[in-house]
Amino acid sequence: MSRASTKRCRGAGKPVSPSSAVAYRARGWGFCLAALVLLSGPAHGQALVADLTNHLIAITTGFTGASVVLFGAIDGPGDVAVVVQGPDREMTVRRKRRIAGIWVNSREVMFANVPSFYFVAASRPLEEIISPATAAFYRLGVTNLEMKPEEMIPTQIVDEFVTALVRTQQRARLFPAAVSKVNFIGERLFRTTIDFPANVPTGTYLVQVFLVRDKDVVSGQTTPLVVSKVGLDADVFGFAGRQPALYGAIAVLTAMVAGWLASLPFRGA
Amino acid sequence: MDIYLPIAEVSVDIFVLLGLGGAVGFLTGVFGVGGGFLITPLLIFIGVPPTVAVASSANQLVGASVSGVLVHWRRGNVDFKMGYVLLAGGLAGSVLGVWIFTLLKRLGQIELTISLSYVVLLGTLGTLMMVESIYAQLRLNRPGVPRRKLHHHNWMHGLPLKARFRRSKLYISALLPVGIGFVVGVLSAILGIGGGFIMVPAMIYMLGMPTAVVPGTSLLQIIFVAANVTLLQAYTNRTVDAVLALVLLVGGVIGARIGSRFGTRLRGDQLRLLLALMVLAVAAKLAFDLTAHPADLYSIVVEKT
Repeated sequence: MSRASTKRCRGAGKPVSPSSAVAYRARGWGFCLAALVLLSGPAHGQALVADLTNHLIAITTGFTGASVVLFGAIDGPGDVAVVVQGPDREMTVRRKRRIAGIWVNSREVMFANVPSFYFVAASRPLEEIISPATAAFYRLGVTNLEMKPEEMIPTQIVDEFVTALVRTQQRARLFPAAVSKVNFIGERLFRTTIDFPANVPTGTYLVQVFLVRDKDVVSGQTTPLVVSKVGLDADVFGFAGRQPALYGAIAVLTAMVAGWLASLPFRGA
Repeated sequence: MDIYLPIAEVSVDIFVLLGLGGAVGFLTGVFGVGGGFLITPLLIFIGVPPTVAVASSANQLVGASVSGVLVHWRRGNVDFKMGYVLLAGGLAGSVLGVWIFTLLKRLGQIELTISLSYVVLLGTLGTLMMVESIYAQLRLNRPGVPRRKLHHHNWMHGLPLKARFRRSKLYISALLPVGIGFVVGVLSAILGIGGGFIMVPAMIYMLGMPTAVVPGTSLLQIIFVAANVTLLQAYTNRTVDAVLALVLLVGGVIGARIGSRFGTRLRGDQLRLLLALMVLAVAAKLAFDLTAHPADLYSIVVEKT
């Protein structure tokens, strides 16, 4: 994945030149400043304001991943934690076992509510700023995802399968290998970058931002983020799902025409 | 340059896909096999989900075999009657095959079945072809040894429903090609192959067809079996990626042109030896993957919404 293409995808699939990327950011900071002005006003203002540079990730034919910047401001001291979750999916984890020299899928455990994408960021290490119970409640950190199997299985085996699930998702870059950093600019302004890989699942994502003070969440804000296929790919995908028989027929016909065209150059030979 | 595949839901370098299509097209040109046995494992290797790889290969095969048949037809090397008889068996087989595929997918054993079937099939066929072509080479080098009889009469010739296949110069039971077609149909649905690499040896060694009409006739029935598999997979499993198939086809056009030039320069038994070696190499690789300790013992499947 090249740097340039990442930049291009940042603007909802529209080509964004470096200068307009700066414009984006400038607008973002303008918003931050405005928020700051509002916050420093009346005492009963919101303790936390945050927004994304982009609320739609458009998957087009050239999609190779995207980055979204989350920025905001807090009123008063505290730390910031961010969680991004993709729509929950049902996932089946299978373990291979050697039977007669061949590796065969044997045991399987099904998890009903696994986030298809998960990202977590904090201004300081999570265990320093938040109590374990609160972190668990807000699903802060990969270990707090509360993945429960459909059936009754001994905890030890569940743990083993959960670990494998997390590892696989990390390898696909859908789960984070570590907690990302939320950077503070001065006392009040903060920002963090969320990276989405090329295989990012589609759906409505929830971006949750928490203001943490004295090991507890004192304020929070939730922002939606939509990941969607657009253009030809969305049409092909939608069509294949809605009209599977017609889609299959068109796929066959297209291949036949392509095959016929392919045979033409042989005539001269 | 990466291209996003809408059904496979992955980004793949378009030149890798074109190269893959080209290699497969080359095989089609040289040997008259669809090359599906090679493209499915390779697609899986570059990150396409196995189920999508199988279904999209079938789609790609439709195009590849249409162009192959047209080329052979212009040279008069297609036995249409034989093709249709094979096809009757093939269509029935592919319906059963897609049903088995769906069942195995639910049980989580589809990938194992795909790999195991490849190892057994490719291993057996590769060995048989290799032995045969080496014998053929030896006979050539020792003149004076009497040629083998063209026809051996065995139990197969005692079967009922005899029919005359003029182009193939055969008078055999129609049940034989129907049976071969059926087996190939089942395999093409489960493995995403046209079955050329099974069909071609079966036509030569079991039916005793003249080598010249084998590729064209084999490809003729592959068109319909692959089209049927594509339709059924699109309808039941929604795993056909038409964009993927089309990119592979474009590469295939170039590969097939080079391949057919190359093919005319080699002798029949040399071609078979080469094909045997390639088939064995794929089998060995798959067998190794099945028995070697996997990088991760666990795998996950995400339910589509």
